[in-house]
Amino acid sequence: MADLRSNFIGIKSPNPFWLASAPPTDKEYNVVRAYEAGWGGVVWKTLGEDPHLVNVNGPRYGAIHGADRRLLGLNNIELITDRPLQTNLQEIKRVKKDWPDRALVVSLMVPCEEQSWINILKLVEETEADGIELNFGCPHGMSERGMGSAVGQVPEYIEMVTRWCKQNTRMPVIVKLTPNITDIRKPAEAANRGGADAVSLINTINSIVSVDLDQMAPIPTVGGKGSHGGYCGPAVKPIALNMVAEIARTPELAELPISGIGGITTWRDAAEFLALGAGNLQVCTAAMTYGFKVVEEMIDGLSDWMDEKGYSSIDQISRKAVPNVSDWQHLNLNYIAKAKINQDLCIECGRCHIACEDTSHQAITNMVDGARKFEVIDEECVGCNLCVNVCPVEDCITMEQMTEGVDPRTNKPIDSSYANWTTHPNNPQRVDAAE
Amino acid sequence: MGKAAKLQSQCAGKGGAIHFDDLHPCYSNHEARVEADRCYFCYDAPCMNACPTSIDIPLFIRQISTDNPKGAAKTIFEQNIMGGICARVCPTETLCEEACVRNDAEEKPVKIGHLQRFATDFFMDNVAAHPYERAASTGKKIAIVGAGPAGLACAHALSKEGHDVTVFEAREKSGGLNEYGIAAYKAVDDFAQKEVNFILDLGGISIENGKTLGRDMTLEDLSNSYDAVFLGMGLGGVQSLGLVGEEHPRVIDAARYIEDLRQASAKEELPQAKSVLVIGGGMTAVDVAIQSKLLGAEQVTIAYRRGQEQMNASSYEQELAQTHGVQISTWLQPKTILSDGDQLEGMVFNKTKLDGGKLVATDDEVTLSADLIFKAIGQNFITEPVTIDMALELESDRIKVDGNCKTNAKNIWAGGDCVAGGEDLTVASVEDGKIAAKNIHEFLSA
Repeated sequence: MADLRSNFIGIKSPNPFWLASAPPTDKEYNVVRAYEAGWGGVVWKTLGEDPHLVNVNGPRYGAIHGADRRLLGLNNIELITDRPLQTNLQEIKRVKKDWPDRALVVSLMVPCEEQSWINILKLVEETEADGIELNFGCPHGMSERGMGSAVGQVPEYIEMVTRWCKQNTRMPVIVKLTPNITDIRKPAEAANRGGADAVSLINTINSIVSVDLDQMAPIPTVGGKGSHGGYCGPAVKPIALNMVAEIARTPELAELPISGIGGITTWRDAAEFLALGAGNLQVCTAAMTYGFKVVEEMIDGLSDWMDEKGYSSIDQISRKAVPNVSDWQHLNLNYIAKAKINQDLCIECGRCHIACEDTSHQAITNMVDGARKFEVIDEECVGCNLCVNVCPVEDCITMEQMTEGVDPRTNKPIDSSYANWTTHPNNPQRVDAAE
Repeated sequence: MGKAAKLQSQCAGKGGAIHFDDLHPCYSNHEARVEADRCYFCYDAPCMNACPTSIDIPLFIRQISTDNPKGAAKTIFEQNIMGGICARVCPTETLCEEACVRNDAEEKPVKIGHLQRFATDFFMDNVAAHPYERAASTGKKIAIVGAGPAGLACAHALSKEGHDVTVFEAREKSGGLNEYGIAAYKAVDDFAQKEVNFILDLGGISIENGKTLGRDMTLEDLSNSYDAVFLGMGLGGVQSLGLVGEEHPRVIDAARYIEDLRQASAKEELPQAKSVLVIGGGMTAVDVAIQSKLLGAEQVTIAYRRGQEQMNASSYEQELAQTHGVQISTWLQPKTILSDGDQLEGMVFNKTKLDGGKLVATDDEVTLSADLIFKAIGQNFITEPVTIDMALELESDRIKVDGNCKTNAKNIWAGGDCVAGGEDLTVASVEDGKIAAKNIHEFLSA
């Protein structure tokens, strides 16, 4: 049986699943319910300075739905905690005392003045919390006040505040990054320079999820107006995975631990984040959609998969796919694949045909000998995988590698050697292969 | 009222003369969206090709899934102005839904009929304006005989082109079999009349009820007085069993009974029965059998001379009959009607079998008791009105037409059940009306 215990920058938890700093971790009541449900840890919803701030009293969330109103993307305009600092600190202390085996990290956001950070760090240390997470990610509301993503978008500020924190507390420091930047490596490097113990990402993405076409205002609409929010949930997972991988495969950042966040909903999502470089995982939207019980599926699924694959600990999965994340220019141009349609599984919907015919390479028939039939024309197929993705039947279309013979599209023999763009004759900047 | 019922859209039944619950209540918005999401938006969609009127099914379903039921309905009406009734009575399980690729995937087709009903009901209940405007008047006059599906579809398509249409309908109400021939539970709420009014909202169509061809006017009159004529009068005659005692008052024509039932205000106006025998194997047999059950008969048996697979009623219809408690007895050929004065007692059948592919009666006899017998063995075409003065060419005792629904006469077209090859399907009749209208328009524009 796989050992799911997690030790992330010295913070131990019975499993790698933490609840991210967000509404589910705003108070003792919720956090205790989460621990009871089996969550390995929580990052307490971001604390700020008193006087505590306020939230809007109208709608705070908007959503994108898939079939049957399955929630695919959620956006929110909620701010950090709107409860008095002391209330939160008392609850944190009590919860940590009652649940010593669970991770309890406290998210913080105060103005960019060293004294503000020194003051709050002292208060948090007294709670015996396991660590702190610097909220440099919140993209709405707080950023207008020079906090949250307004800090996370300036690497110098990240480095500065991280350093203040490292100099003024014994607690491990996690820096939470905003994805609302051009190159995620820059803020990660800044955090690293400031001495961060880890980074966590991604925070939410600037977003307007939809427009109320009657009110002509963004959703959620508060009194006829809407403000951009932060986007999260399954829809943001691909963006998060890429950003996690970008950091993980940067040699200078190879030792920087990553807490993976962004649309994690199932055990498989979790395994993917771990494989691309995360050391543990933070979840929010899945819990906000389905309740805390979802963690049972994540734990069981991850454990079963690890058993099946022969992995015994989280460390064995973490970063496992990082070496295979490559720049485009290093992909093997001699690798040839062709789509293949399994006629026994094909239901003849024709989506592969029309996608290929209208938008790609005219490489799939719709008629063979006068009968409705969908077959790949190898002479035209570039192996793009679009048909695989639009086919409604799983595994009906597969990409098959050609390992010998001649590619009927180019009439060139299959070359088993590796060759990439850097040496390709069409590349004006090519480097000639060593003689 | 349950939550699902509260969510039900506006098209819940209010009950007709004799109340029958809707066989399939209309989808709620959410149900429709969920079902619409199952559609794969196939290329050259097999469902569309299986629809006799070629409705763009993937498109209208996609419009439902994008919260545009009005647009969905317009897509349907573009090919089939009677999409509303077709959504209720089409044997979708042998047409569009049989062709759905989801059958291959999981043996559960997209419920195209239900979705079509959702869209058309939405339109008819919520949109005041008719979906079409007439073209400028052409001054051409067209006579149509029969205000059933073929005649009304033809009338609508021609009026749309700017021609003036007069429809002669023998009966008091328009709608044809939609009004008189379909089981009450398939079209509750006086739907047939609602649809007639919807079609007439286009303008340019006048219906003269109570006018019968051959009695009130002749075909030659019409041919001479109008620029073009379309015949869609359906089948007026009743097939006979050819048995002694067939005129017994409790041996009743099923089509006539369904018609009376649709028009009756209380079931006491109709013959009551404890034990009912239905002779036949088509949709009418199933309709009358189920309605007999719903009206309180204890025992209802459909007797058919061949096997269940050969029945014209689809397997879905047969199952519907059986789940309503109707018994289906096969390989039985009527032999003798048993009666004692006014009292009907039943029927004696010969068992039948296939002998070298040919159906033959055996000497084995079966007696089934019944106090009411329905004949549902089909109707026939009364040829006199189209042969006395004009000599329209016939084929298999119905009007012969070409691929454009054109008869041998220079300005007469025909479609629906009265033509050779007529399929006894509303949707096929609508398509005939459409095809004829297109050809008539071309003829008049030439």
